[in-house]
Amino acid sequence: MTPPVTAAPPTAFHRKRPVKKIGVLGWLHANLFSSLFNTVLTLLVLGLLVWAVPPILDWAFIDAVWHGTTREACETVGGACWPFIFQRFGQIVYGFYDEAARWRVDVVYVFGAVGLAWLMIPSLPRKGWVGAALLTLYPLVSFVLLSGGWFGLPVVSTEKWGGLLLTLVVAAVGIVASLPLGVLLALGRRSTLPVVRILSVVFIEVWRGVPMITVLFMASSMLPLFLPDGLELDKLVRALIAVALFNAAYMAEVIRGGLQALPRGQYEGAAALGFGYWQSTALIVLPQALRTVLPDIVNNMISMFKDTSLVSIIGFFDLLGVIQAGATDVDWTGPNTALTGYLFAGALYWVFCFSMSRYSASLERQLSQGDRR
Amino acid sequence: MSDAIIQLDNVCKWYGDFAVLKNINLTVKRGEKIVIAGPSGSGKSTLVRCINRLEEHDEGDIVVNGTTLTRDVRDIDTVRREVGMVFQQFNLFPHLSILHNCTLAPLWVRKTPKKEAEALAMHYLEEMRIADQAHKHPAQLSGGQQQRAAIARALCMNPKIMLFDEPTSALDPEMIGEVLEVMVDLARKGMTMVCVTHEMGFAREVADRVCFMDAGEIIEEADPETFFTSPKRERTKLFLSQILGH
Ligand SMILES: Nc1ncnc2c1ncn2[C@@H]1O[C@H](COP(=O)(O)OP(=O)(O)OP(=O)(O)O)[C@@H](O)[C@H]1O
Ligand SMILES: [Mg+2]
Repeated sequence: MTPPVTAAPPTAFHRKRPVKKIGVLGWLHANLFSSLFNTVLTLLVLGLLVWAVPPILDWAFIDAVWHGTTREACETVGGACWPFIFQRFGQIVYGFYDEAARWRVDVVYVFGAVGLAWLMIPSLPRKGWVGAALLTLYPLVSFVLLSGGWFGLPVVSTEKWGGLLLTLVVAAVGIVASLPLGVLLALGRRSTLPVVRILSVVFIEVWRGVPMITVLFMASSMLPLFLPDGLELDKLVRALIAVALFNAAYMAEVIRGGLQALPRGQYEGAAALGFGYWQSTALIVLPQALRTVLPDIVNNMISMFKDTSLVSIIGFFDLLGVIQAGATDVDWTGPNTALTGYLFAGALYWVFCFSMSRYSASLERQLSQGDRR
Repeated sequence: MSDAIIQLDNVCKWYGDFAVLKNINLTVKRGEKIVIAGPSGSGKSTLVRCINRLEEHDEGDIVVNGTTLTRDVRDIDTVRREVGMVFQQFNLFPHLSILHNCTLAPLWVRKTPKKEAEALAMHYLEEMRIADQAHKHPAQLSGGQQQRAAIARALCMNPKIMLFDEPTSALDPEMIGEVLEVMVDLARKGMTMVCVTHEMGFAREVADRVCFMDAGEIIEEADPETFFTSPKRERTKLFLSQILGH
């Protein structure tokens, strides 16, 4: 008879997890030269950078003109013409907004920046209230301040709005309005009520099937012909409505993707607990669906932000429009003015879009905390 | 009869031309525990899902706690408030903590004050022995813990009836026991229960009656003792030999 096998007593385990040492060389090897193919790629990219980056930096900063007030200052040099930007800075930021009233735009900028910063800094409290104020109170106050006509503020007609101001107004209205509209359209497209479903499908497909430029042209020149007599809508308002509806159609399809990704069990779990349609939509369905498609939503918003430049086609001077107009102005024509302007505009667009992208990445990280096992 | 809390009279249901439920008659008294067994596709899920109107029946009457189920949304709401349901796949809300999963329906459907709802949730999480998991998200729990959280969530609505649709089928063997244990506790406390399950040990221990379904019909209905020792129908014998045989 063999003696019974006894399990070994559990030994105390005191070892710490080993620290992996990599070092600079190790890092280089692991990340840049791990195989022949990667080595070739690394060298190619390095070559490309050496070839392309220094000339651009030279042109933009080293050979550039920094001082002066007229185009003469830029005529002799082959670098960027920064005085153009400095001299036209007011127009770039405010458009043709009355100079005496520009403080109103500043107030709107400051409130917007503070509110957004509040939402983005994780440690600050009461995000819900700030967000709600930003979506309700802030647009109202901005509208009163920017257009004037209330509380003794002189009216500044929207034809004078331009530059960054106009770009931000169009982008903000487009982004903020398209999300709730998109949600409603997406829900409508999945509705069990045939009328609601058909109307949503028709709306989405019509707007998605028409180019943005066509939509803007229609809003600016055709719509007034159809409006009843006596009803006059400001041209900017018409453009804003067009932008909002156009983008809502795109947003709707993105959100529908999120709704479809939700397992049926979630709807059933909610129904079994007694939640009605709107309650389960607001508390259970949308929070999950929107979170799933957050990257796509932000992707859409970034693309919307850049598409605002299309309003220059119907006679508005947005950020890009103002710079383009300035560069073709006889006061500033020169080989490098337009390029400098485009570089500056591109950099500004990039800053805004990149911020959106970073914010969405951090939001995704925060939201996915519950997923970790 | 006043103490019948669920009454199904000649209930029929079709999917297209396929009859899933054929003249189902079933009466459940207050406090009774019914186990429904049967081969896959026999209509067990469909039957329990008709009781809280996750599925609509085509013919016959279903009366739950005095309310006849009709198209009327108010009737459906009334019934769903009184009937809790536990699913095979748990169906917890992954974006909410376990505690919030449990308080959501009391807060929004029953309009219970927040403090009260949280106390209620903690009470049932305690009973399900997962109070220490209250602040985690569902994905951070094991399957057995998730299913017990789902039971707690249903109990937080203070239902008069609990429906279970194969609550242990998605679980690893070592977790089945812990879920069955809390279900036995619940049965002992007098809850009216309708359970679709193949856990025959559970059926023996708590069921007042076992209903055997085949091809959309209840073909045999008996107390567990009779059901397991002397089933009348060949189909039942075959099923029992398959399920108990190994
Ligand atoms: N939505 C549906 N459309 C068409 N047929 C369906 C649908 N749902 C279920 N069925 C069919 O109805 C029958 C009964 O389904 P049910 O889910 O009630 O069976 P079950 O007894 O619960 O089976 P299981 O043990 O596999 O869960 C099955 O044959 C199934 O294929
Ligand atoms: Mg089933």
